Amino acid sequence: MSSISRDDVAHLARLSRLAVTDEELDQFAGQLDQVLAAVARVGEAAVVDVPPMSHAVPLTNVLRADVVTPSLPRDAVLAGAPAAEDDRFRVPRILQEEA
Amino acid sequence: MTTSRTDLTTVDVAELSRLLTTGEVSAAEVTRAHLDRISAADDRLGAYLHVEHDSALAAATAVDEARSGGADLGPLAGVPVALKDLVVTEGVPTTSGSKILEGWLPPYSATIATRLADAGTVMLGKTNMDEFAMGSSTENSAYQVSRNPWDLDRIPGGSSGGSSAAVAGHLAPWAIGTDTGGSIRQPAAVTGLVGHKPTYGSVSRYGLIAFSSSLDQAGPMARTVLDAALMHEVIGGYDPRDSTSIDAPLAGLADAARSGADGDLRGLRVGVVRELGGDGHTDGYDPGVLARTHEAVEVLAGLGADVVEVSCPSFDLALPAYYLIAPSEASSNLARYEGVRFGLRVGDDGSHDLDEVMALTREQGFGPEVKRRIILGTYALSSGYYEAYYGQAQKVRTLITREFTAGFADVDVLVSPTMPTVAFPLGARVDDPIAMYAADLCTLPASLAGLPAISVPSGLSEGLPVGLQIMAPALADDRCYRVAAALEAAQDAARGHRLLDELPALAGAA
Repeated sequence: MSSISRDDVAHLARLSRLAVTDEELDQFAGQLDQVLAAVARVGEAAVVDVPPMSHAVPLTNVLRADVVTPSLPRDAVLAGAPAAEDDRFRVPRILQEEA
Repeated sequence: MTTSRTDLTTVDVAELSRLLTTGEVSAAEVTRAHLDRISAADDRLGAYLHVEHDSALAAATAVDEARSGGADLGPLAGVPVALKDLVVTEGVPTTSGSKILEGWLPPYSATIATRLADAGTVMLGKTNMDEFAMGSSTENSAYQVSRNPWDLDRIPGGSSGGSSAAVAGHLAPWAIGTDTGGSIRQPAAVTGLVGHKPTYGSVSRYGLIAFSSSLDQAGPMARTVLDAALMHEVIGGYDPRDSTSIDAPLAGLADAARSGADGDLRGLRVGVVRELGGDGHTDGYDPGVLARTHEAVEVLAGLGADVVEVSCPSFDLALPAYYLIAPSEASSNLARYEGVRFGLRVGDDGSHDLDEVMALTREQGFGPEVKRRIILGTYALSSGYYEAYYGQAQKVRTLITREFTAGFADVDVLVSPTMPTVAFPLGARVDDPIAMYAADLCTLPASLAGLPAISVPSGLSEGLPVGLQIMAPALADDRCYRVAAALEAAQDAARGHRLLDELPALAGAA
């Protein structure tokens, strides 16, 4: 099993949309390396022909009846948003200036 | 004998129900007694993140008025309750212990909150918890420390540590907890309470803030087995709003608790799990915890149960499997906190684009344990590592489930300690994630297999409570209640009082 480097943690933090600090990178890299070493023990299990289990309840295609039911009121939902405008969620720009 | 207001906070729910329905006390009196107790003691215990003073009194008064008007309200109307702060409550602050949801007022209520309100219970407030339920000591709360009423310098367990502190400290007669890897059972064990994790899918997850969706379950935390069963009957059962909800009737849980208290366990087959504190597997276990567990099993045998040892070798891998599966699911679930639809937003000053605002918001809004788990889960799910980590953990989950199935072919229930140790001191494990995770060692197997499991007090070690865990097959939650009630009744009778009667009085809470 592999270990996890400071650069790995920085990359994973970017994928996870976490603007971590340098101090956090140092701290997390050490801690995650330890955690990873501990959880890597799952590799000891003999699992040839053992199917993976994602869920305790075997379920397939849980569908509800195709009928209209009430939704939450728009204003009640927007009231919880950090920014709303014209009855919509307001988001920061999604493209760079030079794009 | 008259019941003073202070006494009302020490009365269990079954008795409160009787006092309320016979009119011996009013719902307003009961609620006010608990609000007074919260005012007097919660600065020491730190159990609540939010208290609903005015609305609780108003709801209690409404119950009294309806009852005096002759309305048939049901037996629990007027009983106060506390909810863990990841239960979404319309118009009432709900943070999941995180700064990223500070100030958020949900636009709807969880199914279990609605069911408790429909039963006429009165919500006292929302209890503290590890951020997004990630922790075993409640020290990962972004807001405050919660303390164990048995020793204020020790943890109340976690992640439902606000609920355990509230119920054991008599700041609520009972409370909702949630359990992903042990977060109902372990805090119940270390505070001398009863805590039950229901069969996965038997209590609705609609409106519970998600941590690890294939594991999360809500359940009761109470002072007696019967009280826990009564709450479970209110919140349990099919909910079309939860696509993993099981459409099957609940077995009679309160009936099981009452019949268990009769103390006849003849014909019951009890399996003691070797890998959870048995021979060759005692590293990390307190001798006192093992002694109380052994004595509790002897009590069950004395009531007529046949006791055998059961070996489940894969349980040794439950902890590593859990700490891959739960962070993986969390890394996905917590992607919804993007600073757009609800909660915190940081850096929206025109100079940052959406991606940067998301990263700044999540950096400021999440605490260190949440970040660690998101990063670990992202790693475990990334291509190149998926098979070795997440995929392998899912296969271990199958092995654990198969060993439960094989075990339950020979026995009716499996038992173990709930936690390897008693409550540890605050701060003892905060800088050591691996040591913190070990607190869940005994509770993780039943979580991964989706099985019901209860923690019931088995006595004290070093003056601190110890819990016995009783696990049962899927949808056989009634067996947990029956066996737990038998142990509780036998030990209470032998002791001459309840374990919680030995709780040191809280200074300043006359």
